[in-house]
Amino acid sequence: MKKFLRTIFLVDLLQGLWVTFRNQHPKHIYTEQYPAERPKVAERYRGAPRLNINPDNGETLCIACNLCALACPENLIVVTSERNEQTRRKELTEFTYDTSRCMFCGLCEDACPVDALELTQDFELATYTRDGLIWDRQLLEEGPKPTPYRF
Amino acid sequence: MPEPTFLDSTELVLNMGPQHPSTHGVLRVILKLDGEKVIGTECVIGYLHRGVEKIAENRTYTMFAPYVDRMDYIAAISNGLGYCLAVEKLLKVEAPPRAQVVRVILTELNRIASHLFWLGTHALDIGAITPLFYTLREREEILKIFEDYCGARLTTHAFRIGGLQYEVHDGLERQVKDFCDYIVPKIDEYEELLTNNRIWVERLKGVGILTADECKQFGVTGPVLRAAGVQWDLRKAQPYSGYEKYDFDVPIAHGADTYDRYVVRMLEMRQCVRILRQAVEGIPEGPILAKVGKVIKPAAGEAYVSIEAPKGELGYFIVSDGSTQPYRLRVRPPSLINLQALDRMVRGGLVADVVAIIGTLDIVLGEVDR
Ligand code: SF4
Ligand code: SF4
Repeated sequence: MKKFLRTIFLVDLLQGLWVTFRNQHPKHIYTEQYPAERPKVAERYRGAPRLNINPDNGETLCIACNLCALACPENLIVVTSERNEQTRRKELTEFTYDTSRCMFCGLCEDACPVDALELTQDFELATYTRDGLIWDRQLLEEGPKPTPYRF
Repeated sequence: MPEPTFLDSTELVLNMGPQHPSTHGVLRVILKLDGEKVIGTECVIGYLHRGVEKIAENRTYTMFAPYVDRMDYIAAISNGLGYCLAVEKLLKVEAPPRAQVVRVILTELNRIASHLFWLGTHALDIGAITPLFYTLREREEILKIFEDYCGARLTTHAFRIGGLQYEVHDGLERQVKDFCDYIVPKIDEYEELLTNNRIWVERLKGVGILTADECKQFGVTGPVLRAAGVQWDLRKAQPYSGYEKYDFDVPIAHGADTYDRYVVRMLEMRQCVRILRQAVEGIPEGPILAKVGKVIKPAAGEAYVSIEAPKGELGYFIVSDGSTQPYRLRVRPPSLINLQALDRMVRGGLVADVVAIIGTLDIVLGEVDR
């Protein structure tokens, strides 16, 4: 009898409907208003790469050891260097990083002995051309520039 | 040629997929129909084949780790755990206790995330759209924890061979505890939405029955097997990564139908919360990486390790020839093997149930095709 009444009065369906109504409360809103509001990503976020420079003298931190290129599973980093005759040290000439093939696994970052290569918190990597996905040394040293959107 | 069937109607061959939204990816099912009745199926897979096993042969052990995340991307952390355990077995090292506990925490969170995603999409396939929004909202909390821990949300690459790469971030314990308190009422809420809902019950009860014997014949594992009444969970049967230290139950059901698989997975999420609560209480201090050296070069030999992924038994078989790259790596994906049972489950049923049954198997095509 009880079961019959429950069936007649649609108790099971109303119960579910009540859950839906409870969740209508504005405090349950979860939508992120990107791009009006930039989401805050975690500190360890693995996003766009950057080649760090020494803030004191503007020189690159990279010692052109090529470890990042060797660590990368996708072989997408190319480091070229030149031996400086005076200091007898290798100096970085060109650094290319192909973001189109990168899977942001972080292995290159882990391999770098001087923390020169870093995956930053920027995540806006889209470009209009394929070539734009290949980042050269200049782009990498400037680092990603988050786009400000205005409405 | 179509063969004539009952009532002189002809057999109808219908292609379902690969773009069908309810096949959870790019699965193509060729259905042979007699009216509404399914009289045979054939699965066509391989649309997402990336040759993961072959890639492994051309990468060093360390380099291959991020690729396993891309097989079952809903439960990337479980994949990573299985791979790391297999290489560790080959190297004969064990992760330090601190790493093991963190691994358990992340894998259990991932299990909840995978089940939440399954619940949302499965309900969506049946026609209940609301749960999807709620489950994805809760899954987001888990992904935030992942992001804080390792910097990525989906393809996490969280574990390294021999332990962990990243030290636990401040507030992981707090986050996990808060999440445990948060998710339990939410699971109750899903049950309120679905468990007694007459449409849900009518659509799922008695649909897609796969008995325990049939499960064993097909090699089906995971919640599908447990819903058939077999108490088989690798976390209990052959504990790895310190699972023997935790107190939890393996939920089973006896109906072997789609509804019972739903029940089993819901109970499993509650058990995950139980494990999580125990694990965050005692994260031991200590190193997070065992001494494995920079270059991983196991001695020649082979190792098979299987773990209980959210979808079933996930196994890695690695043959090493003593170099830095695997000679052969074979993955035993739970999704592919569970998918074999699809034909048995849908045969004789109605065409509308096919979607329910694909959903209940909880397949991820990235893992089926690899
Ligand atoms: S993040 Fe991974 S794939 Fe990308 S460059 Fe670094 S090592 Fe290579
Ligand atoms: S590993 Fe670091 S220091 Fe070495 S080449 Fe790469 S970025 Fe430069």
